[in-house]
Amino acid sequence: MTALDEAPLSAAGNPIGFGRMHRKEDVRFLRGEGNYVDDVNLPGMLHSAILRSPYAHARIVSIDTSAALALPGVHAVITGETLAGLGLAWMPTLSYDTQAVLATDKVRFQGQEVAFVIADSRYIAKDALELIDVEYDALPAVVDAKKALDPGAPIIRDDKEGKTDNHIYDWEAGNKADTDAAFAAADVVVTEDILYPRVHPSPMETCGSVAHMDPVTGKLVLYTTTQAPHAHRTVYALVAGLPEHKIQVISPDIGGGFGNKVPIYPGYVCSIVGSIVTGKPVKWVEDRAENLMSTGFARDYHMNVSIASTKEGKILAVKVDVLADHGAFNGVAQPTNYPAGFFHIFTGSYDYPAAYCNVKAVYTNKAPGGVAYACSFRITEAVYAIERIVDCLAAELKMDSAELRLKNLLRPEQFPYTSPTGWEYDSGDYEKTMRVAMDIAGYDELRREQAEKRAKGEYMGIGISFFTEGVGAGPRKHMDILGLGMADGCDLRVHPTGKAQVRLSVQSQGQGHETTFAQIISHELGIPPEDIEVIHGDTDNTPFGLGTYGSRSTPVSGAAAALVGRKVRDKARLIAAAALECSPDDLEWELGRWFVKGDPTRGKTIQEIAFAAHGSLELPEGVEGHLDAQVVYNPPNLTYPYGCYICVVDVDPGTGQVKVRRFIAVDDCGTRINPMIVEGQVHGGLADGIGMALMEVIAFDEDGNNLGGSFMDYLLPTSMECPDWELGETVTPSPHHPIGAKGVGESATVGSPAAIVNAVIDAISPFGVRHADMPLTPANVWRAIQGRPVRTDMAVE
Amino acid sequence: MQTPAPFDYAKATSVADALALLDKHGEEARVIAGGHSLLPMMKLRLARPDALIDLNDIAELRGIRIEGNEIVVGAMVRHAEILSSAILAEHYPIFREAEHMIADPIVRNRGTVGGSMCQADPAADLSAVGSALKGTAVIQGAAGTRTVALRDFHEGPYETKVQAGEILTQVRYPIRPGAGSAYEKVERRAGDWAVASSGVFVVVSGGVVTDCGIGLTAVGADHYCAPAAEEFLIGKAPTEENLAAAAKIAGDSCNPVADQRGPADYKAHLAYELTLRALRRAARSSQGA
Repeated sequence: MTALDEAPLSAAGNPIGFGRMHRKEDVRFLRGEGNYVDDVNLPGMLHSAILRSPYAHARIVSIDTSAALALPGVHAVITGETLAGLGLAWMPTLSYDTQAVLATDKVRFQGQEVAFVIADSRYIAKDALELIDVEYDALPAVVDAKKALDPGAPIIRDDKEGKTDNHIYDWEAGNKADTDAAFAAADVVVTEDILYPRVHPSPMETCGSVAHMDPVTGKLVLYTTTQAPHAHRTVYALVAGLPEHKIQVISPDIGGGFGNKVPIYPGYVCSIVGSIVTGKPVKWVEDRAENLMSTGFARDYHMNVSIASTKEGKILAVKVDVLADHGAFNGVAQPTNYPAGFFHIFTGSYDYPAAYCNVKAVYTNKAPGGVAYACSFRITEAVYAIERIVDCLAAELKMDSAELRLKNLLRPEQFPYTSPTGWEYDSGDYEKTMRVAMDIAGYDELRREQAEKRAKGEYMGIGISFFTEGVGAGPRKHMDILGLGMADGCDLRVHPTGKAQVRLSVQSQGQGHETTFAQIISHELGIPPEDIEVIHGDTDNTPFGLGTYGSRSTPVSGAAAALVGRKVRDKARLIAAAALECSPDDLEWELGRWFVKGDPTRGKTIQEIAFAAHGSLELPEGVEGHLDAQVVYNPPNLTYPYGCYICVVDVDPGTGQVKVRRFIAVDDCGTRINPMIVEGQVHGGLADGIGMALMEVIAFDEDGNNLGGSFMDYLLPTSMECPDWELGETVTPSPHHPIGAKGVGESATVGSPAAIVNAVIDAISPFGVRHADMPLTPANVWRAIQGRPVRTDMAVE
Repeated sequence: MQTPAPFDYAKATSVADALALLDKHGEEARVIAGGHSLLPMMKLRLARPDALIDLNDIAELRGIRIEGNEIVVGAMVRHAEILSSAILAEHYPIFREAEHMIADPIVRNRGTVGGSMCQADPAADLSAVGSALKGTAVIQGAAGTRTVALRDFHEGPYETKVQAGEILTQVRYPIRPGAGSAYEKVERRAGDWAVASSGVFVVVSGGVVTDCGIGLTAVGADHYCAPAAEEFLIGKAPTEENLAAAAKIAGDSCNPVADQRGPADYKAHLAYELTLRALRRAARSSQGA
């Protein structure tokens, strides 16, 4: 059966297998019965708050906590000095750097953690923060990444022995000599400075934890906002020296993650230390400003992008120089071998032989992070770079941007395709997908309308983005985080009555895992999805695995779920054969049932087999009882979802306002398990794209003050900015995934910003504009039209 | 969760009661209306009043009605009531146009006219509307009631003529038969504060402008208005040329500051552009178009 077949319906009206069904988890969410970290209240629990630095860069002269400690209701005040005594003032990041848990020597970004107060209530804790007297000696801040390596720039990481500059790493991919040669021989070369500014994932639920170190048993139970509970457990064991079998990480309902909940934050560590110090459970939950100012941001890539082509528009080579702003600590979360994430997939969806990139990463006096906000490990930046520069090339060649793309798209017979930077794209029929998008859009008609409007002085724009992602990290051989290979376990238990529980290491933050994974098992075993409970988010009750980010849940754990289902099905065959007194070879599977070949009336349903497996039936030698199985899935390759997005905008040149009139998104993510969930994820990602393209940015003033520290300053899009999304699909299964599925959770966030920006630039191209940086706020669009663009990552002057 | 510093709270049952409570709790007490500006500031501990005097139960501060040739709007009238008021819609479409773009329905259901006027945010929309319409504020204190022209009401950002121990009780707008009015706003996103806004009324009679008012917000216009531009238009035909010239005077009279909503030159441009657009529509409307 393929995904395109209709699954039969269960008694509850759900598909037994793939298909549209309401999300099982929504019943509790819609009733307000979700259980988030801040809903966790343990007996005797204390509350906490963090004192944060008002300065971007300053030496700490002294910290006086006596008045705070004297406030009634305050139990403890922890400073960097306290932590240093425990060897915990610094912690390793997921990129083999170190990060201060609480500052000891200096503060290095505005909002950095300085002290931690534990009190009877959050109110008292906040009152106590005001009584802590910190004397700072302000230092000049490194704010502009482009000046971070200037001689004489203040050294941010003087905690690192021998560090004499703000350089983190240089990393390259591709073939420089081939690329240079291709550029030298090209008819046309176009170069553009393209900024993907710092944005923030802003999950609805901020980060937090409730730590309970049982002083008697020595067991730590940590309720925490994490997308990767198992990875966190191991990291706590490694960092704090806590025995791993005595650590239980529970990630309850998570209110959005988008990569924001992959790193380990100082607040989590402080809550653990707080529980150890007080002997009581300690809750820490940050507020919105704290989330925006101190937790993992995304992007901040200054890209110099060049493309070479023939005069007919055949692309020959692309090169990118990146200056990457990582903030004060290199805290990015990505596979160890890929310090710039998967950015080097920037060659995109096109057929050309030569590509090269160099990524230079620097420290600045800003919050750490970089890999987040549904970026698929920096593929967001890569897609934006290639799709923007292809449009610049189209403008240079005076060629229609769709025509230029069609001329260069990879062809179906080229798959599996090895890209110039070493990726092996698994499957694709790109032109088909693009044609579907152009048909939905009515592309030729749109261009005709645009021409008419231009003649009348109206500025309409059409923008295209064709993206390819590589998601589902990863082959364990190549991909690990802090040495932990990126393979996922999955356990399946079918109970005697034929109801099942599937245990997973990945953790839903809104992706609908409780539904999707039940459907995968249902598809393999014919058990209705309502009879399958998905258990996740508790390391004591689930197998090890690396967690949910980088669109890896379906590619990795989804494959594990399918395989564990097949393993149970194979075992069920042996048990059915025993029950039917025939050879397993004589049995044939239909959804939910093994039956005797040639005699379909003789068979056993999976439910009957489950009971027999737990009953008195004599089992063949070597067949253990019960109907359970475990697998660990190590993906052979990433999966490569792709899509074509077309955006139509109207720009008011008098005010610079952009109205997104239409947005067409055609995604090919291979097999669709629950098309409704796929569409919901695409909708969310497209809204993200509107946000990033038009309004979201965390800028800094020259002193390093964060100018995006509240939702009044950091704007997220609303329904008013979003058009009715027009979705389409093509289905090109992944050849190496057990059910042909590819990841899709980040596709729309990755693919959409370029379409929107391309549309806006297309609209205002009559003013001679070829590029303008995000976010394209009314002011930035108007300034671009005036030929005086602003630096969008700095304070507006 | 953001948590305010400790404060006392008292619910007033009448204006007299509110004034007595203000007197009792002293200078660091504040009245609270919808709370959509004050509470966020308190939660960030940027504001830390000793006490809040809650005006939400005071019936005499509610209602929109006509008294003589004025429309009277109670200080506790919610934005949503302005938006849906048939009286205001009949006389001044500017209200509905402005309210449609003030924050979002949740804020509009709670936020009040008085709260907005007294917050005196330099980007407040209703302050521009009030200045455009040349309304008056009614202020009550222990010593009695006084009125202040809205164009004199604001002393500067976040400062008004309402003194300690006083409460704004009403805002009154003169009715102008035949007036057209309009509001134009640029925001970065629905619900954001204005990057710039212009609201105007125009009365065209006998082919010339006989009365007009131009209100501006978020662009550093003195008292949210542009009197020189109004003077220029009086007695002139509402031609595109004249409207543009008036808009130019209005734009030039502004003194915007750069912030993340936009650079100063852009805001000054918007003051011109939006005033011109508003004048065009208001003039057309006054002429029955």
